[in-house]
Amino acid sequence: MTTATVSPAEASRSLKSRILGAPSAGPLLVLIGFCLIFALSNPRFLATHNLSIILQQTVIIGVLAIGQTLVILTAGIDLAVGAICVLGTIVAGKLVNLGYDPVLSMGFAILLCTAAGLAAGGLVSGLRLPPFIVTLGILGILTAALRLISAGGAFPVRDPFLAWTGNTMKLGGFVLTYGVLIMFALYAVVWYLLNQTKWGRHVYAIGNNTEAARLVGIPVRRHLLSVYLLAGLIYGIAAWLALGRIPNADPNAMQSANLDSITAVVIGGTSLFGGRGGLIGTLIGALIVGVLRNGLTLAGIDPLWQDLVTGILVIIAVALDQMSRRKN
Amino acid sequence: MSAETTPHIVLEARNVVKTYGHVTALDGVDFELRAGEILAVVGDNGAGKSTLIKALTGALHPTSGEILLDGVPIHFKGPLDARHAGIETVYQDLAVAPALDIASNLFLGRELRAPGLLGSLFRRLDKKKMREEARRAMNELKFRLPAIDNPVESLSGGQRQGVAVARAALFARKLVIMDEPTAALGVRETGQVLELIRSIRDRGLAVVLISHNMPNVFDIADRIHIMRLGRRAAVVSPKTHTMNDVVAIMTGAATA
Repeated sequence: MTTATVSPAEASRSLKSRILGAPSAGPLLVLIGFCLIFALSNPRFLATHNLSIILQQTVIIGVLAIGQTLVILTAGIDLAVGAICVLGTIVAGKLVNLGYDPVLSMGFAILLCTAAGLAAGGLVSGLRLPPFIVTLGILGILTAALRLISAGGAFPVRDPFLAWTGNTMKLGGFVLTYGVLIMFALYAVVWYLLNQTKWGRHVYAIGNNTEAARLVGIPVRRHLLSVYLLAGLIYGIAAWLALGRIPNADPNAMQSANLDSITAVVIGGTSLFGGRGGLIGTLIGALIVGVLRNGLTLAGIDPLWQDLVTGILVIIAVALDQMSRRKN
Repeated sequence: MSAETTPHIVLEARNVVKTYGHVTALDGVDFELRAGEILAVVGDNGAGKSTLIKALTGALHPTSGEILLDGVPIHFKGPLDARHAGIETVYQDLAVAPALDIASNLFLGRELRAPGLLGSLFRRLDKKKMREEARRAMNELKFRLPAIDNPVESLSGGQRQGVAVARAALFARKLVIMDEPTAALGVRETGQVLELIRSIRDRGLAVVLISHNMPNVFDIADRIHIMRLGRRAAVVSPKTHTMNDVVAIMTGAATA
């Protein structure tokens, strides 16, 4: 007998939980709900043109949220997402404007972002500092340093390679930027890493029970380092996508990246306590944030209200997560 | 096993001493684990049980003395070395990842990769094979569990510890060391885990069981190693000695 006899109550619970409790079912319902509300209140919302814009607006947060998911799955949090991404845009922009080769410039900028992730990972795993403090510190350092470098102001970056991710292509009447495609490709690759490889298993195991992970012989510190490194690399790629969307390097950009990326991850059903959740939820979460901002803009509501609503949303999502854990 | 008069000794310690400054934790302890037996290690708090086990699993280095695995002297640098040598350890505090499913927990840290390019180049896990192996292992151990893809957190405490014990059994080639595996469990759940330990022994593995619980020890052990003041006070059989005898030896009120 491979399975013991299952009581009817258990069976019905497992069926119910399989439908309602599938990790991304809740977020998907929320997404559909928001779409319905906005579609009913404004017919322009569902126009293919607008849907394509929503995707384009989601790209940067969507990609940043991939790195954020990885870090949160290890029971950490990354408050330097936006700052590391801005590091990428400023460095790439500066170098290109100084006349360096755009491909090398962007490559170097992405490398720097990866190094910033590595630094965060080193402090977290090597010195065992709380991720919250480490990334908050890096946020402060980078923000100040980047303002100093760029003398406080934004500057335009005009280069076809850096802007390439903003180029569009048509897919059956639907306009997509290369940035959108890169976002989906990144989701696919990291989803594979998380769900189909040993590396991903160990990310979950560490977030779930670090001590157990150590006892079964997982090199916990090295693994954490690799997570932050990969997150940094992803933030660097997001910098390229950001330059494709707006050809402007601005040290004051991405102020709401922390709020938005954490919201996307948490609404997507990934637990802030680590070890539970996944990327499909995050993609839906990022789309929820994108739909919300787009819908509120269409309705002519002040952008400040968007932050307010996003803030409320993240608190509700965390509260739900807490409650479901307490029930367990 | 052939009916030899001197059974094969899997793990042996000779005159092992461990001192921390002026404190002597192990004072020349001897230890002998035979193939296919459950050897219980009992002793009062501070008698040196944990230190002995740590020395045997490479978690600490003895100050002096010898440890032999299958008659060959060994020098473990850490617990990983012990594991590579075929020694698995189960801890009392349910060392599982609760959100991962049973099969994932069984193979945690030793995941199987898919055959061919998919595994070598794309590093893809062989989830199907791990599930099948997990099922087979659980059947062999006669340990009843709900579906193998259920998360471990949906299991009872006894079943969870069963997963940890089964993991050790699945990968141990020589012996399994269990450090108070039932300390966190209720009576019925303890029974389940003891049953599991028996079926591990019946598969031919040697088991070292550290326990405070005398009834459990007498229920399951083939021999009982009694620690006192950092030494082996006696090794007795539950058939020839009573619980009172063992407690008397533990406390120094009697000798074997």
